[in-house]
Amino acid sequence: MFSDAVSTASNVVIPLMILAICLVGHLRRVRVYETFVEGAKEGFATAVRLIPFLVAMFVAIGMFRASGALEMVTHALLPVARLLGMPEELLPLALIRPLSGSGALEVATNLIKTFGPDSVIGRMASTMQASSETTLYIITVYFGAVGIKKTRHCLAAGLTADLVAFLSSVAIWRLILTRTS
Amino acid sequence: MINTVWLSLIAAGVITGLVTGTSETVTKAALESAGSAVALCLGLLGVMALWCGVMKVAQEAGIARWLARMVAPVARLLFPSVPRTHPALAAVTMSIAANLLGMGNAATPLGIKAMEELAALSERKNEASDAMCTFVTICTAGITLVPTTIIAIRGQFGSRSPAEVVGPIIFVNVLATAVAIIADRFFRPVSGTRRD
Repeated sequence: MFSDAVSTASNVVIPLMILAICLVGHLRRVRVYETFVEGAKEGFATAVRLIPFLVAMFVAIGMFRASGALEMVTHALLPVARLLGMPEELLPLALIRPLSGSGALEVATNLIKTFGPDSVIGRMASTMQASSETTLYIITVYFGAVGIKKTRHCLAAGLTADLVAFLSSVAIWRLILTRTS
Repeated sequence: MINTVWLSLIAAGVITGLVTGTSETVTKAALESAGSAVALCLGLLGVMALWCGVMKVAQEAGIARWLARMVAPVARLLFPSVPRTHPALAAVTMSIAANLLGMGNAATPLGIKAMEELAALSERKNEASDAMCTFVTICTAGITLVPTTIIAIRGQFGSRSPAEVVGPIIFVNVLATAVAIIADRFFRPVSGTRRD
């Protein structure tokens, strides 16, 4: 119900927002067409400036995944996952979520397919996938767009939030399922 | 830190490839990834131009300044270094709103726009400012109210209640965003405090 309402709202909101902004602009004597084109030109330049940063990141992640190194890291980290109370089936998802958006979606879809969407693993995987973002991609794109190479503590802070998101995704379903059963 | 991560990913990929004999796949992946990065940027060109055009109109019409004034109380807490009526706050707000509503395609251009506005306020061109770090960290926590993709996938595999995960997702999201904001503050002194 709630999510239906919100997704309908977000479908209507984009066209309405564009219209509202242009109308207000017109009423305030902004030459809307010329201004839009000028802004679009800047956006175009930004997207092109992003290319080298994205190439660097995609190549590194692509090589890492293709080599099978991810499976080895997963294997090495299994005891840590067990210690933190995370089911081992979910560890590959946790490792790839901050690195690659499409990769994580693939892993999450597979987990949902294998275990079923309403299984404990399926529910936890759904929550992990949706409650986090591709941290490395966002840092690359956002800082790349403004040409900044020194990103300071952003990665550390982002990954800390990811870790908390993964562990609480597991914890909240344990809590819900023990309460209801 | 991003330097170390980047180098480690490549080193791990190449060495594992050599040891396990998957070098051919690794080479292929490197070349293909380079191509798909460019494809992604080209795909982004259109939406990027669209939203930057709309944002420019908003700015010229004074809507950006009005929006900035609306969110000033919260913005002052999160971004103390940004002047209260600066258009950067409007861009930041619109970007976070786009994320909340799950407008994936709109969120990235708006976020980049916000970064450009924040960069204009910063003196050192090569290094992230405090405000940039706070904004990017909040974005990496990925707060959203409508996890449309996961609901669709759950439905596709026959879930009895595809949307039952929405509540837990929002809860985890809010928690992770709070942790992101705290972690940003907590790690900041380690990476050198800057007030711009």
